[in-house]
Amino acid sequence: MNILRISRRGLLGGAAAIGALAALPIPAFAQEAKKGGRLIVAADSEPRNLNPAIIASNGVFFVSSKVVEPLAEATFDGLEGRLATAWEGSEDGRSVTFTLREGVTWHDGKPFTSADVAFSALEVWKKLQNLGRVVFKDLEAVDTPDGNTAVFRFARPTPFQLIRNALPALTAVVPRHLYEGTDIAANPANVAPVGTGPFRFAEHKAGEYYRLVRNETYWDKDLPHVDEIIYRVLPDRAAAAGAIEADEVQLAAFSAVPLADLDRISKVPGIEVVTAGYEALTYQLVVEINHRRKELADVKVRQAIAHAIDKDFVVKTIFLGYAAAATGPVPKNDVQFYTADVPQYAFDPAKANALLDGAGYPRGADGTRFALKLLPAPYFNETKQFGDYLRQALAEIGIDATIVNNDAAAHQKAVYTDHDFDIAVAPPVFRGDPAISTTILVQSGIPDGVPFSNQGGYANAEIDALIEKAAGTLDEEARIGLYHDFQKLVAADLPLINVAEWGFTTVKRSSVKNVANNPRWAVSNWADVWLDA
Amino acid sequence: MNRALPLLRRRLLSSLPVLLIVVFGSFLLLEAAPGDAVDAYLVTIGGDAGLAAQLRQKWGLDQSAWARFSAFATALAHGDLGWSVAFSRPIRDVILERLPNTLLLMGAATALSFGLGSLLGIVAGARPGSIRDRALSVASLALYAVPGFWLGLVLIVVFAIELRWLPLGGIETIASSKTGLDRALDIARHLVLPVAALGFIYLALYLRVMRAGMAEVWRMDFVLALRARGLSRRRVVLAHVARNALLPLVTMLGLQSAAMLGGSVVIESVFAVPGIGRLAHEAVAARDVPLLLGIILSSAVLVVIVNLLVDIAYAALDPRVGASGERV
Repeated sequence: MNILRISRRGLLGGAAAIGALAALPIPAFAQEAKKGGRLIVAADSEPRNLNPAIIASNGVFFVSSKVVEPLAEATFDGLEGRLATAWEGSEDGRSVTFTLREGVTWHDGKPFTSADVAFSALEVWKKLQNLGRVVFKDLEAVDTPDGNTAVFRFARPTPFQLIRNALPALTAVVPRHLYEGTDIAANPANVAPVGTGPFRFAEHKAGEYYRLVRNETYWDKDLPHVDEIIYRVLPDRAAAAGAIEADEVQLAAFSAVPLADLDRISKVPGIEVVTAGYEALTYQLVVEINHRRKELADVKVRQAIAHAIDKDFVVKTIFLGYAAAATGPVPKNDVQFYTADVPQYAFDPAKANALLDGAGYPRGADGTRFALKLLPAPYFNETKQFGDYLRQALAEIGIDATIVNNDAAAHQKAVYTDHDFDIAVAPPVFRGDPAISTTILVQSGIPDGVPFSNQGGYANAEIDALIEKAAGTLDEEARIGLYHDFQKLVAADLPLINVAEWGFTTVKRSSVKNVANNPRWAVSNWADVWLDA
Repeated sequence: MNRALPLLRRRLLSSLPVLLIVVFGSFLLLEAAPGDAVDAYLVTIGGDAGLAAQLRQKWGLDQSAWARFSAFATALAHGDLGWSVAFSRPIRDVILERLPNTLLLMGAATALSFGLGSLLGIVAGARPGSIRDRALSVASLALYAVPGFWLGLVLIVVFAIELRWLPLGGIETIASSKTGLDRALDIARHLVLPVAALGFIYLALYLRVMRAGMAEVWRMDFVLALRARGLSRRRVVLAHVARNALLPLVTMLGLQSAAMLGGSVVIESVFAVPGIGRLAHEAVAARDVPLLLGIILSSAVLVVIVNLLVDIAYAALDPRVGASGERV
């Protein structure tokens, strides 16, 4: 193993840990990488805005992460530099200094400098980005003493740990010279991005494909390996599986091939199913609860529902084993923050029934205690299937749930704006730090209409205080300790019920090499991917 | 064809109220659907309440339904379909880019179902009640009962995956830089499976109408007279029975053009053809009301034009129609 690669544990040590360094050499593989070729990838949707600095979402990253680079990328052991080569937080948490890579040029030939980073941070991440508006809210200024140094200055002490954890997903740098003085949200570079990455954006034919071509002047002279990446739009999931079998597409990421097809397709010669490469993109299967309902405001009822859900059955039957049972709001595969030391709810319908009886909701003459409206999120097959399962599981304990199926827009409005639900099934994403998109799921005081946030009317002063305290805690072990307490409190009081957590699968032809070699692989830059044609 | 011009003018004028009703009705239906374009967008990006309010203002969704509809209608009266928020482009461009693909697909599928359907209908109707007739009827009804997406998937599995004779989707080879005849042949190859899937489903209708028409004509006195005069059965079938049964088929052609458009939504999705059927689906999912209205409007115009062509063809085929049509 490369001794330069710093481990995540190592990073946890000092508050002012110095981040990683120059480009890490690609680990040696048995086979020598071949140059050239066209990689065709299945895409199921076409994001209308491809600017990852504005929209930090996996659908956008899938295409744009090859074109526009962040300051650093995640590895299985920590971080590795992209546009930054080193990063250092100050003792007081008021500043972070980034040393930037030298000799980098934008795809249009202009040099990349610290001014681009300052502009992206202040004008784009902080003001416009869906996640950056939270994480960088206290960013006051970015000093640029020279072309290769950017010093972030925060109005309030901000944990360096949070900033580091946010680097891969939240810090895509866009060229100042194209954006400054324009309406950033409507800039043409949002649909034809210009970056510093290993691939240049070539064209988008709506409804057909995106085409990226090799950046001949990439800062890492040996990369990328392939000449072209094509994202072929295949809206029908069954067709995506077929396209791989027919060798018209060489790779389908983000479970574009349905779970039910994986067993069969993995037996086709020349096709491989890969489950690695999504470790830092964990999706969580969650039961959202509307605490405005009298029955659901009672923690005993929530505990009864938790006891009624057979998590192992969900993992085995709905996810066909491609998932893990969850214990709380932080997924198990996050080595930094996860703790197993939280209240657990074993599958126990008898106990659930007893809890409901004790809560004062006896079964009526028809065996029903009360009725609920259940809204499964339509985004994944698995969330819909879990909705069906949950209805049955609740029937076992005398709760009559009626399923209301909506499409994405209607679900968004019903749950997150109108609160017209009793329980809902949601798939929030854990993004490497609870403060990025997890605490928002239980925090109170969030305005109506914010998707993937606490819209169930839950308010717990103790949890709110804990979230607030962690947001300003600089000591990393102390901050982790606070999030352990957070997990315990959430698991005890159940503002929502975490059922399972899953990564995605990639289906690929065997000829595609260097797949899944980092924990955000599908949304990383693919510079080292090569084709053994 | 100077008879066609007044017909065209009159038809377009009489279609205007229909088009208006179609547009207003679709608008009301979409208004009734929960969630708006901002909701659909937030699902894909996350984002907070401030962003939602900003977007609603920017996209004009903070105004009343009536204000939005009158803005759309006013722009439309000036020949402007408006701006698509889902594609961040003018709606006219988005639709014009995809319309040719749908026209190609529908045109070819209509030709297939009409041509093959009426041919097989003649075969079946030549001897109503024969084994051949029954076999064809059962087979065509079975095809008609098959859902379009399923037929499409079966064709993909057999011809694109197992045999690898044909590409499994798309309208042409991606970024192939083919031009001229090469490109035309490439597009034709890509269209074989979707056209077959769409065309075979509607084939049954033409076959049934042709066969039923012929069965009726057989019972007429003039056929008896023809046969009594000793004409060959072949000549009776082709020149007299089939010919007289052909007219209802032409009527069907006009009616089916609308159904075809509906079927193309599914087929275009299965075969990843970038046409307006799939675009309509995307517009609904994104709650892009002006885009969907634009699509519906262009589809309605398309159906009106097809029916007009059918009427002109009718007038040419049957002199009685042309004469009476002129008087009204």
